[in-house]
Amino acid sequence: MEVTLKILRFNPETDKAPHYETYLVPDAEPNDLILDLLECVRGYQDGSLAFRRSCSHGICGSDAIRINGHNRLACKVLVKDIGTEIITLEPLLGLRVIKDLIVDMEPFFEHYRSVMPYFMCPDDPVEDGKERLQSPEQRERYDDTTKCILCAACTTSCPSFWVDGRYIGPSAIVNAHRFIFDSRDCGAIPRLNILNERMGVWRCRTIFNCTEACPRDIKITKAIAEIKHVLSTGKLD
Amino acid sequence: MTKQHQYEVVIVGSGGAGLMAGLFASKTAKTAVLSKLHPTRSHTGTAQGGVGAALGNQEEDHPEWHTYDSVKGSDYLGDQDAIEFMCNEAVQAVYDLEHMGLPFSRTPDGRIAQRPFGGHTNNVTGKPVRRSCYAADRTGHMILQTLYQQCLRNQVTFYDEYQVLDLILVNGSAAGVVAMELATGELHIFHSKAVILATGGHGRIWEITSNAYAYTGDGIAISLRRGIPAEDMEFFQFHPTGIYKFGILITEGVRGEGGILINGIGERFMERYAPHVKDLASRDVISRAMYLEMQEGRGVNGQRYMYLDVRPEIVNRYAEVDGRTRPDGSPYRLTAEEIYLKLPDIIDFCRTYLGIDPVTQPIPVQPTAHYTMGGIPTNYYGQVVMDEQNSIFPGLYAAGEVACVSVHGANRLGTNSLLDLIVFGKHAGIHASEFAKGASFQVLPGDVTDFARQQLDLLINNSGKEKGADIAEKMKTTMFQNVGVFRTEEGMRQALDDIRTLKERYRHIRLDDHGKAFNMNVLNSLEIGNMLDLAEVITVSAMARQESRGAHAREDFPLRDDKNWLKHTLAWSHQGDVELRYKPVVITKYQPKERVY
Repeated sequence: MEVTLKILRFNPETDKAPHYETYLVPDAEPNDLILDLLECVRGYQDGSLAFRRSCSHGICGSDAIRINGHNRLACKVLVKDIGTEIITLEPLLGLRVIKDLIVDMEPFFEHYRSVMPYFMCPDDPVEDGKERLQSPEQRERYDDTTKCILCAACTTSCPSFWVDGRYIGPSAIVNAHRFIFDSRDCGAIPRLNILNERMGVWRCRTIFNCTEACPRDIKITKAIAEIKHVLSTGKLD
Repeated sequence: MTKQHQYEVVIVGSGGAGLMAGLFASKTAKTAVLSKLHPTRSHTGTAQGGVGAALGNQEEDHPEWHTYDSVKGSDYLGDQDAIEFMCNEAVQAVYDLEHMGLPFSRTPDGRIAQRPFGGHTNNVTGKPVRRSCYAADRTGHMILQTLYQQCLRNQVTFYDEYQVLDLILVNGSAAGVVAMELATGELHIFHSKAVILATGGHGRIWEITSNAYAYTGDGIAISLRRGIPAEDMEFFQFHPTGIYKFGILITEGVRGEGGILINGIGERFMERYAPHVKDLASRDVISRAMYLEMQEGRGVNGQRYMYLDVRPEIVNRYAEVDGRTRPDGSPYRLTAEEIYLKLPDIIDFCRTYLGIDPVTQPIPVQPTAHYTMGGIPTNYYGQVVMDEQNSIFPGLYAAGEVACVSVHGANRLGTNSLLDLIVFGKHAGIHASEFAKGASFQVLPGDVTDFARQQLDLLINNSGKEKGADIAEKMKTTMFQNVGVFRTEEGMRQALDDIRTLKERYRHIRLDDHGKAFNMNVLNSLEIGNMLDLAEVITVSAMARQESRGAHAREDFPLRDDKNWLKHTLAWSHQGDVELRYKPVVITKYQPKERVY
């Protein structure tokens, strides 16, 4: 079947502004991934098309882009899922476009780093040197937020983030949540203090775009609400 | 003016091995980690099944059993001293991961949960043993995230999206690397006292693969160009259960939880090929079984795929037949709910790519190019060794999938790769930093970037007409057909001819993008060049080995031949030619015997 890709391109070395280019893919299959179509255009029509990708099955988070206006991973959307004859592909919003579908992820990662996204615990090692104990229920408590692949689909779908990029964003909050609710971690308070700022959780307006955009089906808005609840009540669970 | 940086240790690759090396090297040495990707995009993140260690949390287990299983799994080509080292280190390595915060799944009494996995057995009963320590079905993701987080905590220096083009060697010693910054196209010199290569594998050489686009064997390719050999390249693992046509991996863990492989006539065919452990046999055994079944027309609908069935009614029926029990002795039964809880990522793959729910429908699967047992030869401290006498190459280290220690020999057991990363990544990091402390910076010659610039010039200023995508497609097709699960002299000869023709065509490759910023055209073309070089070495190594062992299976030499072939292949790449030499396998406790599952 014939599929038309309308891609928002930008070459920083020659273009003043982004512009749409159209590519016809004559022999697309219903089971082809959008990523496959991009590779097809890049391989056989215009080798200058630039986009990030790696694992091609929704795990590494490299290829988050806007597909027909929605933040998706290009490797998790099949042609038959789309249903339109023309597929519009654009880079994520809210982050500076470097080239074509490649955006500057540094502000996103800076927010990630700001929540101390690493395990913190008292330095005294476990007595017998073995694993710290954690019950299946305790493990389940923070299971959802361990799934984040840092693809930025959530943060760049958030209107609060578009308006002010200083908002820490859903992804950073999710990654803080993962440690705050991990029974073995002892860094809940410093992280909660970081989130308890105007540009922390309180920027969230419960719009839900993040939850919709998340390719890992993380209940992001719920996680953010849990943090707000902890901050409001002063009680961690 | 080429930017120059100085670090005591430079690490290329930021997956599990690279990050582990970074963590440990940075404790005492000024360290930088370079990667062509952002670290969290590394392929380690896609590993599903678990990390193998004889913790014995749910049933009796011992590092000695793990060692024997891995030696047998390697079809006796693994170096037994290295395997023993790895399996002994395994228990503490897993506890170290937990101490770093890794969110392992847990047993009811709060300990790290373990599940059965192909080839891992209780050595007394011969039955599968629970040795795989797992975090749902995304153990690799959790390991990658945890290690990256610890690196952030310890302020390891990262250079993200830098493609390494050349190894700098001065006076026969590693002195750094030349890399291209993808964002600007500029070349950088990283001057160091030690270099650790942790660049992963090269599954992208084959048509159907579970591997990421980034897996193009860059580390091995740049070493070969500098006269360093590649070891055991003919041994490439085809994982039996990739999603049909997509190649996406369905973890062995599904079979660990009770999933069964069924052929086109509804038969649990592994009963015939591996009577004791059946669907939990070693991967090469299963891939071959599937291939043979399909050859005889017993593929599903006569096509080239089988079913992996994890529907509760099927799992429970065969669990009963097998007499499978839970750790407490009660009969093993699986509910739909438990499948959703234990294998959420697999459920997601099946829904997204096949539109099916594995709880109600079987999954179509085929062998997919998955893992390289071969690579840059090292000892078990991660030091690169450059000949049959295992002479150490000063300042050069390798760890992870890119290295060949050899702990996987002719075939790797599941869960041993994640283990490989954390054990050898750590030791390479420690040894490289120790070496750096005792060494001085070498003076770099003035022409240190010449070789890299030459390669780039060849691509950018080429007036040829060849398309990289065309060349790549033909390489993948011929390799999958002729240097795949089963090989013949005729087929491999064809592949070699094809590769050599493609290498010639590559010299006339035409680029569309002559810019500097994020030139994916240049990057991809360099990767194709790397893959072609490796494909040649793989095919020549495979043609020479006239036996079947582990993942190297030949229809024309179907038996294992210990008398002539119990040895490692070393391959050097010279201009247009591949030279092969051999070195002995280290055998300590386990004499080779017939490998039956």
